[in-house]
Amino acid sequence: MVGRASDAAGDYEGAVSAAVMVAGLRKSYGEVAAVRDISFEIAEGEVVAVLGPNGAGKTTTVEILEGYRTRDSGTVSVLGSDPEHGGSALRERVGIVLQEAGVDHYLTVSEAVRMHSELYRQPLGVDEVVDLVGLEEKRNARIKTLSGGQKRRLDVALALIGDPELLFLDEPTTGFDPTARRQAWEVIKSLCNLGKTVLLTTHYMDEAQYLADRVIVIAAGRVVAEGPPSSIGGRASARARIRFELPHGVEVADLPVGTVAIDRRSVLIETAEPTGVLHRLTGWAVERGVELDGLAVDRPSLEDVYLELTAEQAES
Amino acid sequence: MSTIGAALRRIKWEQRMFWRNPAAAAFTFAFPLMFLVVFTAINGNETVTLAGGKAKFAQYYVPAIVGFGVISACYANLAFSVSIRRENGILKRTRGTPIAPVAYVAGLVGNVIVISLILAALTISLGLLVYGISFPGRYIGLIVTIAAAAFSFSAIGVLVSTFVPNEDAATAIINFILFPLLFISGTFGRVEPGSALGTVAGFFPIQHLNKLMEAVFNPFTDGTGLIGWHLLILLLWGVAATALSLRRFNWMPRST
Repeated sequence: MVGRASDAAGDYEGAVSAAVMVAGLRKSYGEVAAVRDISFEIAEGEVVAVLGPNGAGKTTTVEILEGYRTRDSGTVSVLGSDPEHGGSALRERVGIVLQEAGVDHYLTVSEAVRMHSELYRQPLGVDEVVDLVGLEEKRNARIKTLSGGQKRRLDVALALIGDPELLFLDEPTTGFDPTARRQAWEVIKSLCNLGKTVLLTTHYMDEAQYLADRVIVIAAGRVVAEGPPSSIGGRASARARIRFELPHGVEVADLPVGTVAIDRRSVLIETAEPTGVLHRLTGWAVERGVELDGLAVDRPSLEDVYLELTAEQAES
Repeated sequence: MSTIGAALRRIKWEQRMFWRNPAAAAFTFAFPLMFLVVFTAINGNETVTLAGGKAKFAQYYVPAIVGFGVISACYANLAFSVSIRRENGILKRTRGTPIAPVAYVAGLVGNVIVISLILAALTISLGLLVYGISFPGRYIGLIVTIAAAAFSFSAIGVLVSTFVPNEDAATAIINFILFPLLFISGTFGRVEPGSALGTVAGFFPIQHLNKLMEAVFNPFTDGTGLIGWHLLILLLWGVAATALSLRRFNWMPRST
């Protein structure tokens, strides 16, 4: 039953290859433009993370796709339907994990999952889904006794019980401690392995990097960058950074290579040819008999790229 | 999946959630039953004038509390639970599932009808066994009156929930609307017809429910006990509240 996703999409009339298609989306709340012009597509089976600062328009965009909000203009298609008019036929095929959504505290985990399974035509098994999100030991626990991380996993279980083809996860791990986040990631990773299409929003770069095939960065209501986490924002071709501590008795002028910045005695070099620069630097150091403490070579992290992209947008 | 089947399954879950929540269950049951015991203890020896004769206080008061029970179960319960569920996102989550809204609402209303019937049975049993009132066998009149009241006060409950801005305000708003109307509508003791309070109360549904209940239980008269005029006003409130609720209802929390 778990693998139903791909073949169900095939016999849907008017199905398009993209699970989600957004073109020229705009939405304002009164005077405030939340979404100014957003376009993107998500292919079937793809896991896409939407990144962006608070107020960037992430949740508005996702809630339009989920059918909770109307749009001012633009075209939106979710599994081949317009979410404003998709009705219960579309909701059968979509699972939603909202940023914050309650559930009756007096039910047990199993009861809540069973209650939700009755809302769908072809639900998965209650026990199967409870196991999948790792709540098997809390099966008969009242929901009010669950920790924050366990409640979040229950949210995922409730979104999964209808065996959706497409899953929306709005900030699934915000407020988690590192262990709970790791556990939630494993749950989400296992969903991706089931072939579900996943759209997740997040603040966390490591989350996007770990889970997503592709990242879409939104700032001030627009898409500012899009691509695989390894190469987005020119990460792959970006200049390498070499850092080390300036050895005692050595001045910057003595170094055999040009530097970009010095903070106290920490040196930063940016270069498109790290191999040659490193060779000259280390050869010089060995010759002088000095040690380059803290020597490191890296490229901009996803977080660096993200901060740069969203900062540019905030200034403009 | 039939909507009726979905609604029945929802009633089952609503019942389970209701009885698991001690505060909600106590809140709904405690007020009517507490007032019944306290007010009959205070006024038990007085007599009241009904159409066709005089009777002891409980003969007037027990029917009024049956009405209060329906109001408590339907109006107070729904206004409270719908406000809370909207604010904490339960309604929003539900809206993201395929269930037909009418089935969800039918589950809510079906649940409070079940509670109304249990509360009515408890109140009438106490009246018959402890307070020695008489019930002249007007089952149809009783069922029709309870059904009309359940419809109207459920609709008003949902309508009032749309005016509740947040969880903290819910209890205050719900009771500030309810209790003054209960007093001027004669739930806790006769308000003279033609008095200013009685005239004001005539614009609201509770007085009409009380008159219907009083007639259904009146041992001195014949007929079904159903008075068309009172039934009409009670139902008009229900229709108006339903229409307004449909316009105002929102699945999304106010606070976001």
